[in-house]
Amino acid sequence: MAITAPATSAPAVALEGVGRAYGERVALRAVSFALPPGATVAVFGANGAGKTTLLRILAGLLRPHAGRAAVLGAELPREAWRARGRVGLLAHEPLLYRDLTVRENLRFHARLHGVDPARVQALCDQVGLHARADDPVRTLSRGMTQRAAICRAVLHEPELLLLDEPLANLDPGGALAVAPLIGREAGPARVLISHDAEQGLAEADWVLGLRGGRQALWAPAAQVELADVRGLYA
Amino acid sequence: MRGTVAALVRKDLRLELRAFESVPAMLMFSVSTFVLFRFGLDRSSLEGDLAAGVLWVTLLLAAVLGMNRLFVAEREQGGFDGFLMAPVDRTALFVSKALVLLGFLLVVELAAVPAFVLLLLQPGAGQALPELLAVLALADVGIAVVGTLIGALGVQTRARDLIIPLMALPLLVPVAIAAAEATAPLFAAGGAEAFPARWLVVLALYDGVFGLLAYAVFDFLLEE
Repeated sequence: MAITAPATSAPAVALEGVGRAYGERVALRAVSFALPPGATVAVFGANGAGKTTLLRILAGLLRPHAGRAAVLGAELPREAWRARGRVGLLAHEPLLYRDLTVRENLRFHARLHGVDPARVQALCDQVGLHARADDPVRTLSRGMTQRAAICRAVLHEPELLLLDEPLANLDPGGALAVAPLIGREAGPARVLISHDAEQGLAEADWVLGLRGGRQALWAPAAQVELADVRGLYA
Repeated sequence: MRGTVAALVRKDLRLELRAFESVPAMLMFSVSTFVLFRFGLDRSSLEGDLAAGVLWVTLLLAAVLGMNRLFVAEREQGGFDGFLMAPVDRTALFVSKALVLLGFLLVVELAAVPAFVLLLLQPGAGQALPELLAVLALADVGIAVVGTLIGALGVQTRARDLIIPLMALPLLVPVAIAAAEATAPLFAAGGAEAFPARWLVVLALYDGVFGLLAYAVFDFLLEE
């Protein structure tokens, strides 16, 4: 379980013994890995294994209580400001205001990130949201909300994408439409939480397995069998 | 930072116009409280200290309703996360929320103060409108600054409806005292008396001190 140092420059993610607790409950313990720029790590683990905590630490939204964490060369939390605007987060919650329309939400985030508002329309068209772009988010189906959340996550063309079950609620057409934005071909490094072992392995260069907050697996995806992943859920 | 503040204020005003969650509640509360005072005190009109006290206690309690709702969308709909991940000055959130709360207070007072005059003020009292507006403006700034600070702190807790008034009201006692002292002579029986400008200075000092304090600590309140 040694840290795999990349041959290239600063890794997209570098963790050394990272831990995090909520009160007395330890959610994450001694997680260490390094993800090269542009690579994808698939994170597997049962409910409560610490996946979401890991994602929120990488997003700069939670402080690690132990160890060292760096994202895009910025030490967390001391240099978190350097990573702001360079990370895209697609969480369980869409991070969209329900009473605003899709377009208003995306324009708001575009303004925060200094993105050309024209990109909002382009993204809506790309994911098939053009007909619903002026509807309040609360009126959208889960699948449409997920498409809007994906647009928000990639609006500012992040260098690191943190994806928590990105294809949840999407129909096959939706999954196809968002693939160029969040799939392997999108370009940025990705931390991908998935419960679909086959799909997760197919998407990943590296695999991280978590069990009860501990790092149970870190290996190149090519060396990981489906049974290894399924074992994490046993 | 100005562009970010403008975007945040626009977003909050849009949310209020769609949901009508804060301003109508604050206004209804104010008018209902004036009606309760009218019948509870069993007096058809008030003047001086009593009138000023009723006005400011009511406005402060109405403001607490606004504070309670100020950060709810950020907390419940992921607004904090989206904002914290953006490459913007975090103080912009404080400034925008304080401006929004100030705007809500002004809109509420636009209707609540005339309702107070009609329901509770002795005919002929309350003629010194410019002075009253100056007191309202300075007190509102203080309420908005402290309310934003406490709102951001309280929304992180499960018992925000309890925590926010418990923290905000003691901090706002100086505003209540200064505003009531400044307003009482304006509501004197038989017409406005000499306006005690020193209380405006007290309000301005309060605004300045808490403005600086909030500016200094708001970043830390956003940390988990």
